Amino acid sequence: MNPRLKRFWSAQLALTPAWLIVIFAYIGTILWTVQISFTSSKVFPVSNYVGFAQYSRLFASDRWMISVNNLFIFGGLFIVGCLVIGFLLAVFLDQRIRAESMFRTIFLYPYALSFIVTGLVWQWTLNPTLGIQQTVRNWGFESFTFDWLTRGDRAIYVVALAGIWQSSGLVMAILLAGLRGVDGELWKAAKVDGIPTWRVYLHVVIPILAPMFVTATVLLATAVVKVYDLVVALTNGGPGISTEVPAKFVIEYLFQRQNLGLATAASTVMMITVLCVLAPWLYWQYFRQPRSAR
Amino acid sequence: MASVSIRKLDIEFGSIKVIRELDLEIAEGEFIVLLGPSGCGKSTLLNAVAGLLDVAGGQIWIGGKNVTWEEPKDRGIGMVFQSYALYPRMTVRGNLTFGLKMARTPKADIEARVAKAAKILQIEPLLERRPSELSGGQRQRVAIGRALVRDVDVFLFDEPLSNLDAKLRTELRVEIKRLHHELGSTMIYVTHDQIEALTLADRIAVMNGGIIQQLASPKEIYRRPINRFVAGFVGSPAMNFVDGTLSFSGGSPAFVLPDGARIDLSGYAFLGQVEEGRKATLGIRPEQVDPFERGDHTSQLPVNLTMLEPMGADSLVWGRVGSSSFSIRIDGDQHIDTPARIDAFFSPDHASIFDAASGNRL
Amino acid sequence: MTSVDLAAGPSGPRPKRLTAGRVGLYAFLVIAALFFLIPLYVMIITSLKPMSEIRLGNLFALPSDPSFYAWAKAWSSACTGLNCDGIHVGMLNSVKILIPSVIVSISVGAVTGYALSFWRPKGSNFLFAVLLLGAFIPYQVFLYPLVRMLSIVSLYNSIPGVVFVHSIFGLPLMTLLFRNFYAGIPIDLFKAARVDGGGFWAIFLRLMLPLSTPIIVVAAILQITGIWNDFLFGLIFAGRENFPMTVQLNNIVNSSFGEKEYNVNMAATILTALVPLFVYFVSGRWFVRGIASGAVKG
Repeated sequence: MNPRLKRFWSAQLALTPAWLIVIFAYIGTILWTVQISFTSSKVFPVSNYVGFAQYSRLFASDRWMISVNNLFIFGGLFIVGCLVIGFLLAVFLDQRIRAESMFRTIFLYPYALSFIVTGLVWQWTLNPTLGIQQTVRNWGFESFTFDWLTRGDRAIYVVALAGIWQSSGLVMAILLAGLRGVDGELWKAAKVDGIPTWRVYLHVVIPILAPMFVTATVLLATAVVKVYDLVVALTNGGPGISTEVPAKFVIEYLFQRQNLGLATAASTVMMITVLCVLAPWLYWQYFRQPRSAR
Repeated sequence: MASVSIRKLDIEFGSIKVIRELDLEIAEGEFIVLLGPSGCGKSTLLNAVAGLLDVAGGQIWIGGKNVTWEEPKDRGIGMVFQSYALYPRMTVRGNLTFGLKMARTPKADIEARVAKAAKILQIEPLLERRPSELSGGQRQRVAIGRALVRDVDVFLFDEPLSNLDAKLRTELRVEIKRLHHELGSTMIYVTHDQIEALTLADRIAVMNGGIIQQLASPKEIYRRPINRFVAGFVGSPAMNFVDGTLSFSGGSPAFVLPDGARIDLSGYAFLGQVEEGRKATLGIRPEQVDPFERGDHTSQLPVNLTMLEPMGADSLVWGRVGSSSFSIRIDGDQHIDTPARIDAFFSPDHASIFDAASGNRL
Repeated sequence: MTSVDLAAGPSGPRPKRLTAGRVGLYAFLVIAALFFLIPLYVMIITSLKPMSEIRLGNLFALPSDPSFYAWAKAWSSACTGLNCDGIHVGMLNSVKILIPSVIVSISVGAVTGYALSFWRPKGSNFLFAVLLLGAFIPYQVFLYPLVRMLSIVSLYNSIPGVVFVHSIFGLPLMTLLFRNFYAGIPIDLFKAARVDGGGFWAIFLRLMLPLSTPIIVVAAILQITGIWNDFLFGLIFAGRENFPMTVQLNNIVNSSFGEKEYNVNMAATILTALVPLFVYFVSGRWFVRGIASGAVKG
C-alpha cells in the first residue's frame, strides 16, 4: 500500500471508536429522539406522526412549566452564587495568607462528592424537626424558623444553596489559577500609580480574568441543565412538584410514566436551548483562534 | 529634580539577607545604571527605592526627604517595567490617566500632561488603541509615558528593554538617552546588559551578591575594573585572563607565565605594594592587543593563534596563551594567517592585574 | 548597630500594623471554612449517635456515647426496599463498574486525542466539534435510544452496559484533556519521530504515551471521582442487581419503610463518599489541575 495512504489509514483506524460513538451514540440517538418527539408514542415508539402536538402539550403542562421556572431560579442563583463566592474565596486566598492550602482543600472538597451525597447531607441538616431549626430552638430561640426545605415556595432556594456549597470551590480553583497568572509587575505598576487595591481588582484584574469567568459560567450552566441527582436526593421534586426540574421531568416521563412522546419533546427542547447558548462560545473558544496564537 | 540617597540599606527575604548595609548617593539629574547578573540584588534595590518592598534596616531619601516608610505613590517616582505592565483592556490614554484620576488631578491638567508625554514619546496616534494592538516597542513607549505623566523627579527602569528584539532595543536605548537629556531627571536603570549600561550611564554600579562591586563612570569601569568580577562581566568579547606570577627581581615589574616566559609590566600603576612571587591574573581586553606591530606598545606576549572569526567591521582572532584562551580584535579589513605562533604587543597601562586569590585589582 | 542618623526620621522596616482589613480577611475565610465543613461534621457525629439521641434535635452536639453500630448496619444490613444486605453490595458493584470504565474511557480518549492533535485525518475537525457539543448536551436526549440500542445487543441492565455508557460519555472530556496536553508538546518532537521513521502506533506507544503520565493521572482522578459519583447512568443502565453505591444509597435513605434511621443513613452516606474523598485528599494539587485542564483550553 502507498505509505501515505497507510499512514492516514492508521489514524482513521484509531479514530474508529470515536467515530462510531459520534455517529451512533450522539448523532443517531439525537435524531431518533427528535423523531420520536413528533409521534404519539406512549410506552413504545410508534410512527404515528402528530406534528408539534407533543410540544404544545408540553408547554401546556404545569409540571413542565414549573420545572422550567425552577431551572431559571436555581440556575440564576447557583451561577451567580458560585461566581461571587468563588471569586471572593479566590481573591482572599491570594492575599499571602497563612494555611492557604488548608483553606483551599476545605473549599474544594465538596466538589469531589456526588450530588447524591450533597443532597442527602443538606436534606438532613435542614430537616426542620431534627436539623438546624430544632437545634437553634433547643438553644433557647423558641420561635426560630428555618423550614424552607418543607415549604413549596422556598425549597428551590435550598437546592440552590446545596449546589453553591458543592460547586463554589470549582470557581475558586479556576479563578485562583487565573489570579496567580496575573503579571506581578502589573501590581507594582498600580502601586506606583497609587491605585487602591479594590480598584485594581475591578478595572484590571477582573477584565484579565474574563475568559475564566466565561469558562466557569459555561461549566456551571452545563451543570444547571443536567441537574437531576441533587434534586432527587434533596427533595425528590417536593414538596409536591415545587422543585421539579426538566432533567427529572424527562427521566420520569421516559421510565416511570411511560410517555415517550412527551419526554422526548422535553429533552429536545432542553437540547436546543443548550445548543443555542453554547454554539457561539464553542466556536469562539476552539475554532476561531488559530492554533499558533498564544 | 531630586537626588536619591540610600543609607546603610538592609533587605531580607525571610532569614536571607539579600542586601547588607548598602550605601549609594545619586546626584540630581544623574543617570545611574545598576548592572549585574540575575540574582545580584539590583532589581531588589530598585524595588526598595520604589517602596515596593519593605526594607529591614537603613534609610532611603529622595529629594532631601526621608521616604523609607512612604507609599510608592508618595515618593515622587515613576517606574517602567520589563513586562511593560500595561493595564490590559484599557486604551493607551486610559493607561496614562488611570493613576492621575486616582490622585484627583484636575481634568485640564491631565489632558495637558498626556498631550505632552504623547508628544515627547511620539505616541499620539496610538492614544485610543489598546495594549494588545501595539508592538513591543510601542508598548514600552506607553509604559515610559505612564511614568512621564506622573510628573516626577526620579525615574526607575527595571530592565525595560529585555523583552525587545535587538533592533528595537537599540532604538529605544537612544530614545531613553534623549529623554534624559530633555528632562534632566534623575534616572535609575537596572539591566544585565553591559552595552546598555556603558551607553546610557553617567555612573555604573556593578553589583554582585547584593554588594556594589564598583561605582564609577563607564570609562573607568571599562578601563580600570576594580576586581576580576567587574572585569569579566563588562566587555564583549570578555577580557582575556592569563594566569601567572609577579616578579620584581629584574629591576622592572614583570608577569611570569607558568612556562617561564617574562612579560614586562613597566608602566602599570600598582595600587599598592605587592610582594615577589604573588600569584596573579593578567587581564587585557581583546582590542588592546596588536598582533601586527609593536608601535608604541612596550610589552609583548606569545600567542598560539588557532582561528579567525570575521564579524564585519572587525574580526576576532582566537588563540591561546599557555593554557588560557585568548582573543584579539583586529580591523575587519586586516587578515592574519591561522594557525600561527606570534608575539602580540600591548601597553601595560591598558592592562589590569588581579590577585589570583581575592580577585582584587593590584 | 548602624550609624544611620535616627534623628532624621524613620529607618528600617515599616512597623507592621494588624489592619482591620487583615482581620476581616481571616474572619471571612474562617466563616467560609465553617460553612463548608459543617455538613461534613454533622454527617460524622450523627453517624456515631444512637437514634434516641438524634431525636433530641441537637445537631451539633458531640455524641455522648459514640458507637459504630450505625456504620456496621449501613455496611451489612441496611434495607433498600425488600433487600436488607447493606451498602456493601453497591460498593462492590461500583468497583466492578469503575475499573473497566476508567481504563476503557482513558484509552480511547488518549488515542483519539493523539490522533486529533498530531495527525488530523480528514473529518477530524467535525469529529472534534461533535465530541465537544456532546460534552454539554443534556444526557436526557441520548437516553431512550441508547436503552433500545443496548437491549438489542443484550447489554441493557448489565455491568458491561454501564461501562459502555460511561465510556461513551467520558470520551469528550478525555479527548479534550489529551488533545490539549498533546497540543502542548512541541510539534518538532513529533516531526523528529516521523523523520526517524515512526508510524502512527510506534510514535504513540513509544514516544507519546511515556510522556503522558501526568495527564493520565489527571484523567484517572477525574474519571474515578466522576464515575463513582454517577447516579443517572447506574440507575438507568445497570439493572436492579448491579446498582452502584450512589443509587443504593439513595434507595436506603429514601426508602419509605418504617422509621428513618438517620445515623445509618449518614454512615452509608459517608461510606459512599469515601472513595472520592480519598482520591481528593491524596491527589491534592492534581485534582485542581484536573478540573482546571478540563475547563480551560490548553
